[in-house]
Amino acid sequence: MHHGDIPIDIVLDIYTRVLRIRRFEEEVGRLFRQGQLPGFVHLYIGEEAVAAGVCAALTDQDTIISTHRGHGHVIAKGGDIKRMMAELFGKATGYCKGKGGSMHIADFDIGMLGAIGIVGGGMPIAVGAGLSAWYSGSDRVSVCFFGDGAANEGSFHESLNLASTLTLPVIFVCENNQYGEFTQATDAMNITDIADRAVGYGIPGLVADGTDALEMYRVSRAAVSRARSGDGPTLIEAKTHRRGSHAEGEEVFLAGQTYRDEAETAAAQAKDPLHLLHTYVSENDILPAETLETLDADITQIVAEAVETARNSPDPAIESLYEDLWV
Amino acid sequence: MPRKTYVAAIQEALSEEMRRDPRVFLIGEDVRIGVFPSTRGLHAEFGDKRVIDTPISELAVAGAGIGAAVTGLRPIVDLMFGTFLYLAFDQIANQAGAMRYMYGGQTKTPLVFMVQNGAGSSAGHHHSQAVHQFFMNMPQIKVILPSTPYDGKGLLKSAIRDDNPVLFLHSLSLGGKRGQVPAEEYLIPIGAADVKRVGKDVTICAVGPTVYTALDAAESLATEGVDAEVIDLRSLSPWDKETVLESVAKTGRFVAVDESYPTCSAASEWAATVAQEAFHDLKAPVQRVNNKDVPMPFSPVLEKAVVPSQTDVIAAVRKTLD
Ligand SMILES: Cc1ncc(C[n+]2csc(CCOP(=O)(O)OP(=O)(O)O)c2C)c(N)n1
Ligand SMILES: [Mg+2]
Repeated sequence: MHHGDIPIDIVLDIYTRVLRIRRFEEEVGRLFRQGQLPGFVHLYIGEEAVAAGVCAALTDQDTIISTHRGHGHVIAKGGDIKRMMAELFGKATGYCKGKGGSMHIADFDIGMLGAIGIVGGGMPIAVGAGLSAWYSGSDRVSVCFFGDGAANEGSFHESLNLASTLTLPVIFVCENNQYGEFTQATDAMNITDIADRAVGYGIPGLVADGTDALEMYRVSRAAVSRARSGDGPTLIEAKTHRRGSHAEGEEVFLAGQTYRDEAETAAAQAKDPLHLLHTYVSENDILPAETLETLDADITQIVAEAVETARNSPDPAIESLYEDLWV
Repeated sequence: MPRKTYVAAIQEALSEEMRRDPRVFLIGEDVRIGVFPSTRGLHAEFGDKRVIDTPISELAVAGAGIGAAVTGLRPIVDLMFGTFLYLAFDQIANQAGAMRYMYGGQTKTPLVFMVQNGAGSSAGHHHSQAVHQFFMNMPQIKVILPSTPYDGKGLLKSAIRDDNPVLFLHSLSLGGKRGQVPAEEYLIPIGAADVKRVGKDVTICAVGPTVYTALDAAESLATEGVDAEVIDLRSLSPWDKETVLESVAKTGRFVAVDESYPTCSAASEWAATVAQEAFHDLKAPVQRVNNKDVPMPFSPVLEKAVVPSQTDVIAAVRKTLD
């Protein structure tokens, strides 16, 4: 890991995004285990460097589309932790007034066009956001996050080709955490690097270390600049690792069965993105320990307040069923 | 008779049919580990060749099922959630649902699509929609939606032996439900309803989880002296018109309860048929109880308010009694 030409304030910014995601997700995991959250919850722990690095290279004008594992993307784009937490509780004060939940959080004001529970569902929409930027002469870029599993959906192939043929400002960020549910990525495709698929669509395909937030930033910055200057889409494959379950409570589905070996998990643990970044900025005296500690305390406090607010918020009123239906 | 859960009954149907016929195999995402417990354990018994895990590629997997079916196999294609069928819609609607007819009877498509249908898990719009009504609208696909472990097993076995495409829908909310399942082999014919409660004042027709809503409503109505007959259709396409019309001939009142949106719903079809064919038996206009006409919300409170409730059913029955 190295920060090279990345200014210190941006390093701190990236670190902050990683830490905000981590503390939020840890709390969500606890809440789920306590039975406080309805529905399904997919945590982003272990993958924070991807969203943090990519979103640090974007502006509020730029848009992102997310997945079922979307909390990290919302936070990295600058989302409000309170409104997110309330949405996870299904409360009226949540981002989507309790109608979306964990897999459907959006914040259109900051260019977060929505999390999507359908695997591969976001890529075509990201192409459309890129189309709209091109159409209106804006230098806005459109980013789509998706998993290794999603790269096997038809929508991936159609979207890359469409964005390529129209030379649209779209960045496809594949979060290869090596599993789609309980299936190893390598059992679902006969290639090692999903980035290689870019060749088939005539666009650049890059492999990046998805546990290194600074590298993710650097690679994204280059892709963003390419897209802004009208040179078209890029596929970035971030090699990363999902620390925990596919969905919280997966033990129930597994019923004693296993699908990952311990050596692999241990190796991945050693590449924890927060730990790596923390070690780097501390050991190289880039960010003072005091700053990092205060930051952690502040974030922990914000998350705790968000939980409190969410708990004390009302459920949506039944009358709200028919609100936001037609314009 | 042993009592089993709904998912265990489905698992039994799958394993019995796979033992019985080597052409039957299971294909889908994570069917080996079993995202839903209904496919769990099959891989241990039948191995890699007959329990096939796939990439996340619903369109290709559904189409591969069709291709295998027209070339002599009997695939069971597990696409997990009903909403994922949308990704495979082309292969199902344009191909499976027309091939035999379109090619002048040259082929048959003996395959089963299996998914989870409907609300109840508070997972939001992308996982909680009921989809049965779309497939009822297709002329060459059978659609079944059993409500009990007994029906689940018997109907799934029939589906696997059927030479036509069959969509087998099961409900996450019923997965843990227990019921009696005989140890000996049995089949339930596709297209036969089950009268769950005999009554003389009103016919309530339901399917899947709404059968329980209808039965609860009937018990509550009984305390007011209203004696409701409750029919579990079990099969949606073809559906047991005769049993329904016979019941309406006796009661003269009809309430259709169905977890799909009002327009072109399963309930719409039943109600229209009763209005058309039993008009002279009716003492009151037919009533439909459907989902509220909004996308499926995440909040458990709202989700519950969308699907037909006991209160909704009782209110509809009262309308027929006015
Ligand atoms: C169209 C569709 N098919 C299947 C699923 C069920 N499902 C949810 S997440 C998931 C795995 C996705 O894997 P990947 O794209 O690698 O994302 P990850 O979960 O690893 O972040 C699957 C199969 C779904 N939600 N949508
Ligand atoms: Mg993955």
